Amino acid sequence: MLKAFLAAAAALFISAAVHYGLKNVLDYLGQPQISFTLFAIVFIWALFQRPVWTRTGTLLAMTGITLTLGIMLLDKNFAHNLLKPDNAPIFLMIFFFSFFLWISMWQAHNNDRRMEEMLPPEEKETSNQKTWVWPDLVYIEFICMIIWTVVLVVWSLVIPAPLEEPANPGNTPNPSKAPWYFLGLQELLVYFDPWMAGVVLPSIIIFGLMAIPYIDVNPKGNGYYSFKDRRLAILTFCIGFFVMWDYMIVLGTILRGPGWNYFGPFEEWNPHKVVAANNVNLSELVWIKTLYPIGNALNIDWLKQGVPDVGPNYADPGNWLKLLKKEFLGILLLGFYFLVLPVILAKTKLKNFYERLGMGRYAVAIFLFLVMAIVPIKMYLRWTIALKYIFASPWINF
Amino acid sequence: MLNPLRNLKKNIEESQITKSIFRVGIPNTDRKRVLIMLGNVFLHLHPTKVKTSGVKLRYTWCAGGLSFFLFLVLTLTGVLLMFYYRPTVDFAYTDMVDIREEVPFGIMREMHRWAAHAMVIMVMLHMFRVFMTGSYKPPREFNWVIGVVLLVLTFLLSFTGYLLPWDQLAIWAITVGSNMAKATPFLGAGGPGSELLQIGGIPLIHSSDDARFLLLGSKEIGGITLNRFYVLHCILLPLVAIVFMAVHFWRIRKDGGISGPM
Repeated sequence: MLKAFLAAAAALFISAAVHYGLKNVLDYLGQPQISFTLFAIVFIWALFQRPVWTRTGTLLAMTGITLTLGIMLLDKNFAHNLLKPDNAPIFLMIFFFSFFLWISMWQAHNNDRRMEEMLPPEEKETSNQKTWVWPDLVYIEFICMIIWTVVLVVWSLVIPAPLEEPANPGNTPNPSKAPWYFLGLQELLVYFDPWMAGVVLPSIIIFGLMAIPYIDVNPKGNGYYSFKDRRLAILTFCIGFFVMWDYMIVLGTILRGPGWNYFGPFEEWNPHKVVAANNVNLSELVWIKTLYPIGNALNIDWLKQGVPDVGPNYADPGNWLKLLKKEFLGILLLGFYFLVLPVILAKTKLKNFYERLGMGRYAVAIFLFLVMAIVPIKMYLRWTIALKYIFASPWINF
Repeated sequence: MLNPLRNLKKNIEESQITKSIFRVGIPNTDRKRVLIMLGNVFLHLHPTKVKTSGVKLRYTWCAGGLSFFLFLVLTLTGVLLMFYYRPTVDFAYTDMVDIREEVPFGIMREMHRWAAHAMVIMVMLHMFRVFMTGSYKPPREFNWVIGVVLLVLTFLLSFTGYLLPWDQLAIWAITVGSNMAKATPFLGAGGPGSELLQIGGIPLIHSSDDARFLLLGSKEIGGITLNRFYVLHCILLPLVAIVFMAVHFWRIRKDGGISGPM
């Protein structure tokens, strides 16, 4: 089944590459909606595959990444976009994180296999023994420091630190980008308003990271690499870390050009590229696209009123009532998602989870899961039905 | 022929100066291996013995230690850069050019910048390692929380340093970043709910006292912002980071040392 599917995908890819040209196909596949989906599927699938995390599997994958990057760099547009002066850390990040993902998953699957054979995890073999810090640990640290000193000196000699034109507040570069590690958050600005993408979501990420030890009550997997015993925890963290945080950094660095528009890896960054933005709010879908035609057909004037107008004065209770009417579906959906869904899940699918965590921990955990999930949900709503806001008001939009 | 050399070595090793500095001498016995760890202020961060499983490089990747090492590199190169850099609109950029063109050993800025990026990556990597080994689980929960604070401080240190070159890259990256503060709910002039905070029709939150103003020290990025970020970058944030690092390292020891299977 899987093999047939992969063969079909490969055949499709090759025929498309022959017909449209490989670069055009890759430019097409790089679009956020496609590359995000593909990366998420492949990444999650791969985490479960033991052969991927063997030496051979990873050697192939790492060589694959290196070769692909190397060949792609032959293209002058890609080289121009990737080799910007401050993009050096992106290389380091891609290679480092893929390498160490292997190091951890290889040991995790190895330990899983040992535990299936009723053996303790590999770390256990030596964890009851003690080693002298001098010389064993001190020397390892010393060698690591020397290696990193050399790396930094060579890196500094080879690549000069970027220094552009003097600061000029009158001349806005296009695109203006935040430092590379915040580009994932800048990417979220496409889908969320600044108060969410720039303030609330980062705060929840920090709070959520701090909450991890208190909501992960699974006693297994403490002090050794493992996957099978803590799949939910590792999947959640890795999806957050690799599929969302890191992928969006790479996307924001390489594939977002002038106007924060998408540019394929081989496309030239054309500042005049025009992308039609005809995103609609949920209330417009409700009142104009759905209720209006119904009212027309049944000849009910009340349904044909269009989107109710809400005035900006929040001191006037009439505006709140109008808002309630205008955004009833958005309010219902968000209320269901954040308030009702956790209760339903606690009684049905996540019953065991709820009982293990207790009310307080469960409330925090499910809130964090739902916030984490709303990010891709909103991304897909934008990609499929061009949704702008689920809830739009004169004061706050979501 | 080697005798004079051997004598010299012996004389040096047994001289009053050497003995006063290195009390223990070469740690070639177990007793001395204990004493050197206890007697040296830098080494006594470590215990005298650790779990064998925890020493293995493929377990820890040395990521935490290297994060600290990169912090030390950044402190050293940062102090050297401070000799040549004046955080004012008139001088900041030209000092950058001077540091690149005129200063002997002119890779300090490179070292500082690349080590800063490497530290951001290394700290994230350390967090990833700690997660994958489940080392945040009891009794190390609180040290993970401290670690998250240190991750945030690393981002803030890097972010405040980003402005200091005072070139186009710097001010526009900080503009994009600090514009987010304007959208802070209630506390940012453009954020939702800020109109609610008012007394008798006079708004409490406006563009000259909101969260962005606090960050920038003015309505737009200017000389006062440069000074503010300089002080944050060179004094306040490193001091705060050092305090949290001290707690972080202390807690590693107090929570039972490097993690390992029970």
